[in-house]
Amino acid sequence: MMETMAVHGPGIITEEEPFTPGHRACSGCGEALSVRLAAKAIGNNAIIVNATGCMEVVASPFPHTSWRIPWIHTLFENTAAVASGAEAGLRALVKKGKRPEKNVKVVALAGDGGTSDIGLQALSGALERGHDLVYICLDNEAYMNTGIQRSSATPFGASTTTSPAGRESLGQVTWKKNLPAIAVAHDIPYVATACPSYHRDLMKKVAKALEVKGPAYIHVLSVCPVGWRCATEDTIKVGRLAVRTGVFPLYEVENGQYKLSLTLTKLEPVDSYLKLQGRFRHLTEDTIKIIQERVNREYAKLVEMASKSSPSG
Amino acid sequence: MAKAKVKPKAKAEGELSWKEIEIGCFITEPGNATEFRTGAWRSRKPVVDFSKCNKCTLCYYYCPDGCIAKTPEGYFVADLFYCKGCGICAEECPKDAITMVEEEK
Amino acid sequence: MAKRVGLEVSVAVGDAAKLADVDVVAAYPITPQTHIVEHLAELVANGELRAAYIPVESEHSAMSACLGASAVGARTFTATASQGLELMHEVLYVASALRLPIVMAVVNRALSAPISIWCDHSDAMAVRDSGWIQMFVENGQEAVDNVICAFRIGEDRRVLLPVMIHLDGFSLSHVIEPIILPEQSEVARFLPPYDPPLPLDPEKPVTVGAFAPPFIYTEVKWAQEMTLEGAKEVILECWREFANTFGRHYSPVESYRTEGAKVLLMTMGSLSETAMVAVDKMRDEGKEVGLIKLRLWRPFPFAELRQAVRDAEVLIVLDRALSFGGPGGPVCSEVKAALYREARRPEVVGFVGGLGGRDISMADFEEMVNQGIKLAEAGSEREFEIFGVRE
Repeated sequence: MMETMAVHGPGIITEEEPFTPGHRACSGCGEALSVRLAAKAIGNNAIIVNATGCMEVVASPFPHTSWRIPWIHTLFENTAAVASGAEAGLRALVKKGKRPEKNVKVVALAGDGGTSDIGLQALSGALERGHDLVYICLDNEAYMNTGIQRSSATPFGASTTTSPAGRESLGQVTWKKNLPAIAVAHDIPYVATACPSYHRDLMKKVAKALEVKGPAYIHVLSVCPVGWRCATEDTIKVGRLAVRTGVFPLYEVENGQYKLSLTLTKLEPVDSYLKLQGRFRHLTEDTIKIIQERVNREYAKLVEMASKSSPSG
Repeated sequence: MAKAKVKPKAKAEGELSWKEIEIGCFITEPGNATEFRTGAWRSRKPVVDFSKCNKCTLCYYYCPDGCIAKTPEGYFVADLFYCKGCGICAEECPKDAITMVEEEK
Repeated sequence: MAKRVGLEVSVAVGDAAKLADVDVVAAYPITPQTHIVEHLAELVANGELRAAYIPVESEHSAMSACLGASAVGARTFTATASQGLELMHEVLYVASALRLPIVMAVVNRALSAPISIWCDHSDAMAVRDSGWIQMFVENGQEAVDNVICAFRIGEDRRVLLPVMIHLDGFSLSHVIEPIILPEQSEVARFLPPYDPPLPLDPEKPVTVGAFAPPFIYTEVKWAQEMTLEGAKEVILECWREFANTFGRHYSPVESYRTEGAKVLLMTMGSLSETAMVAVDKMRDEGKEVGLIKLRLWRPFPFAELRQAVRDAEVLIVLDRALSFGGPGGPVCSEVKAALYREARRPEVVGFVGGLGGRDISMADFEEMVNQGIKLAEAGSEREFEIFGVRE
């Protein structure tokens, strides 16, 4: 199994599960899968700082923990700041000879609300200050833990409990906030998008982020069958379609240089992605056309940025 | 994957006195959620036809619960102690080797 | 031997953190706390203090970064004031509940609105239920000594709680006072290294900040309360040891010229110095007036307070904070509660004054005593009095 599981890049994936079974995530949870795969790439020599949210609740109902590695949860919006303190603390202790140098990595985990809304300030601060940490945003495109309320990461047209579709509304009326672009704007060494449907790519990117000196940001699209109103067995398929339609392209930005992770000669129509999800069920053909045009435009911009970037990255 | 090691507890957690809680309510048994049976939630279970399995590992990787382990023969089966019956493994299996079967009541 | 030098109190507080050899400082600037953190940043920049200085983007992140640093086992210090303390509010509860012995200097300042950069105790009182040890100092020497003590108390295995040292903004923080800074070697002997029982460490993984269902939450909170109550013994022990080492004495409730006093004034913080001078004058005039200074605010020193005031007929409490729509200043209402079951207790009169930097002069204290005696005799329909407000 070891051979088949080796991924490219510095990390070697083993059968170990730092994030254990027995967690209380819903059946078919894409976010739990993202965490599980990320944890496999992270390994044992790390400290996890977790924001309040689904992954905190499902992993740590006292007296149980799904974490085999050190883990701390404090609040919702401060994950990047707690991670900053942990990283600076480790660095200071090592420098003063109070802890051995073991290259312990600090990895922050937070949802899309904890990242793009309430935690954005703390994230910006941590990225700007240049802490040596990895921040992973587990994006399921709404506040799922509290019951599917919209966030700034909720896509246009999605019906949520606070952006419900109705006679006067098509659901979420704003476009998804581009968090990876905001991370890139901080001029940090590594930014990437990932999706557990592309599991090797995800693990490879996490392993790469761990090797980076300075802040690394990975934005992981994580399908939520409950909130997206799709079948539990379709989690992987829906994620794959998000990528193949260009709705959620996979790419890396190393030192400002964009690189697409997957070459898509032709984008699949967004309709194939939208129709699997109840949250988009109300959309008219006209609205789907608006979404399709936007996706085409955004994807073309990304392709252009990648083509302008130097191949050496 | 390691099977759940259920350690007999001196006291149920609901009976702990305030003096018996770890400082700050820390949990000092790493990964002890393995003793929690999420399999009880399941209404259907995966059944594997080994004759079709090509050992590609996809079901192993795509399981959100990390409950699929390799048999000594190199096949992959779900640990029903944890399996929540989501059906991802069956849906994603490129050889259609896995079928979801309703649990008997 | 340590020498007495003239120092701005804020600078001396920074020096005290340096003497404690802190590993991490995470801070966000706010008037009137700035001189403390500027000094620490300078000490780090000059290599005089080996620490990580994290210039965070808010007080919320300052305290959050302190959580992370303390949780990995770093000795951690920060300072704030007023709105900064309020922005930290929810984080404070986490620091105490996760038993992280962060030390914070709070340079007391009024709360907005209207915005005021000057001193009162509204900020300190708003966080009195956050589970921190809280103590008030009245001069620079006390600030320095108690920052050092705060690390020893907070990091004690029997305690493991964060500590706030409250010093009044401007009227104390920005004045230059003669202060004895202990030698680094003396402090190192007095203050053992921070050795947390369960730091975040891959060698021994722990899960911190787990989700607590109803069957355990009450037990967790009671364990915290028992620890904070029990911390008083450790505080007393630390101050005894401090007196033995450095020759300066501290106690939870301090009495000044209370022998035979029928009337007692009660203050907290830097106004105590003015109150002492007022008491001297009134004593010279033959009035039987004394002063009680409340140093330890959390855990509240019930026994010491009851003992200190039991022989008085009138106790006049000055609060520098308003508890809107409530029973008066927080200090006075807690003092009243503490005396409720006492068979022998003074009549308690509460004044709220000194808000938003309004000075309370020696003459004001005399006036407060005169008014307080009259109110104690005649009674009042009000729960408390506001001092010095213009009609």
